[in-house]
Amino acid sequence: MMTDKKIYAIYDDDYVLLESAKHLVANGIHIRDVFSPFPIHGLDPVIGLKRTRIAITAFIYGMIGVSLALLGLWYMMIFDWPLNIGGKPNFSLFTNIPSFVPVTFEFGVLCAAHGMAITYLLRNWTLPGVIARNPYPRTTDDRFVLEIHPSDSKLSKNEIIALIDETCVLEIDEK
Amino acid sequence: MHKEAAIREPLILGDDVTYSKITNDVLHAIEHEPTKLWKVLMTIATIVAIWGVCSILYLIGVGIGTWGLNNTMGWAWDITNFVWWVGIGHAGTLISAVLLLFRQKWRMAINRPAEAMTIFAVFMAGTFPMIHMGRIWMSYWVFPLPNQFGSLWVNFNSPLLWDVFAISTYLSVSLVFWYIGLIPDFATIRDRAKKPVPKLMYALLSFGWTGNAKAWQRFEEVSLVLAGLATPLVFSVHSIVSMDFATSIVPGWHSTIFPPYFVAGAVFSGFAMVQTLMLIARKAMRLEYIITVKHIEYMNLVIIVTGGIVGVAYATEFFIGWYTGVKYESYVYMSAGAATGPYAWAFWSLIFCNFITPATLWFKKVRTSLVLTFIISIIINIGMWFERFDIIVTCLSRDYLPSTWRMFFPTFVDLGVYIGTLGIFSVFYLLFLKYFPVLAFNEVKTILKSSGEKYKNMSDEEFKALHPVFKKDIK
Repeated sequence: MMTDKKIYAIYDDDYVLLESAKHLVANGIHIRDVFSPFPIHGLDPVIGLKRTRIAITAFIYGMIGVSLALLGLWYMMIFDWPLNIGGKPNFSLFTNIPSFVPVTFEFGVLCAAHGMAITYLLRNWTLPGVIARNPYPRTTDDRFVLEIHPSDSKLSKNEIIALIDETCVLEIDEK
Repeated sequence: MHKEAAIREPLILGDDVTYSKITNDVLHAIEHEPTKLWKVLMTIATIVAIWGVCSILYLIGVGIGTWGLNNTMGWAWDITNFVWWVGIGHAGTLISAVLLLFRQKWRMAINRPAEAMTIFAVFMAGTFPMIHMGRIWMSYWVFPLPNQFGSLWVNFNSPLLWDVFAISTYLSVSLVFWYIGLIPDFATIRDRAKKPVPKLMYALLSFGWTGNAKAWQRFEEVSLVLAGLATPLVFSVHSIVSMDFATSIVPGWHSTIFPPYFVAGAVFSGFAMVQTLMLIARKAMRLEYIITVKHIEYMNLVIIVTGGIVGVAYATEFFIGWYTGVKYESYVYMSAGAATGPYAWAFWSLIFCNFITPATLWFKKVRTSLVLTFIISIIINIGMWFERFDIIVTCLSRDYLPSTWRMFFPTFVDLGVYIGTLGIFSVFYLLFLKYFPVLAFNEVKTILKSSGEKYKNMSDEEFKALHPVFKKDIK
């Protein structure tokens, strides 16, 4: 079926793509995705991308790390085998906290950074062995591509192509 | 489009720079046969690395008695080298994290090689305490693992254990930060590769990155948050390393100034090492238009600031040595200890390398001269090694009891392990230069329009004429 084909508009400049995207969106075209070699600032609101919540996950992972570290320190140093080291406090977590700060901090950062990085890789589905699905190889070099699904908007395929053709597009492709 | 103040000098030079030119130039080394220079350097580095590996194996086989240590001097070159390597490892994450938070665009040209340097340097640093444990095959004992002795846990009150956590966290977070930045660049290499083996290799390394809008949005957010997390790490790691000394009771070590002083010294030596490596790499890889003289000058400015902090710290130590009235302290700083004792040569080398030489960078002519910068950066690296040597060896050699005063003489194993780590580091670094995208070139592309020389002085009309959006606008 023809309507199932995706339309790709290939540009050779990020600025031109951004302005063209604004033009297309203003005319009622929904842009499904954009492929570019680097982040295009200001594009997300134009194509209706919500802000990512990945930073919040870092905070949650960090808090989990801090809690685990404190729990572990309490278990090892206070509960399981309290050691008298140079007369330093060894009978309650609270009095021993100052010398636990470095390890707690480091473990919190470790969990936050790694947890967020793993979440990022999973959400993007960028993992070892995954096959890339960027439509054109040059989108990772110097080409910028808009992906449009004709079924997303009320316009017909030819109307969409006509609108894209008004902009300084390098090539319009369907596949 | 983003406009930048005209007063800022362009960061990408040349009128002919395009996105694909940046890609082509940065990936030239990966996509072509290695140059003669690279082969020669690699041969030398490999020979030195083999010497280092042999020294390490001999050391592990025979024991750390083969080092020049004695009863008085329990720590000497081993810990000196450890602190020196960790210090060098501070520039990379400082550049990529702290400068990202401050939105310094010039970081983009140098953050990748500096992070690589960080990771390799921290690897080298880690070998020393592991060997120093004596039985390296039991080095996993530093982790709090349940064991058959009770369980007997590690001592979380000890700065040495804090170090284990600090350095392993620093290493792994730096590695993650580095790799997340590398993924899109690996994808570019993958999509350009023609031969099947490199294509498969880079396809695996790039994790199937496509560069769609949502991925880039997450990428930027993750980079920002990782930078925020890595920034306190940069400062905490060397603070904790300094506490290895500062929490002890050895005169000259027991000093509250140590954490900030060590951090400044680490950044100082790290930037010097970045200069040394970058000045060679930019020339050899013909990337002078991306790593410009301006970048070198900015790094020299950081060296001036951190070198200044280190200088003030030296002066403070001397002042406090006198002012406290503690005779052990004043002995270390005022009399036989540092400046006039048997290690005076090391002390005055330090003053020359870290205090007098970097001061010449105050002159603009010096800090924009590539040859002088290169020489100064090597001198600073030597000076920072002497700084750690002075702190560790001088202070230990004169302890509380004159009858136990000893000198330290390095053996061929000391020398072999130290030079060997330089060789191993160089092998890693040369492999990085050959097989990895040496610059974060996809990030560099983002600043082409705001900081490129071609666009810098363009008016909005000129810019729009160059990049017409609608076909009807083309005349």
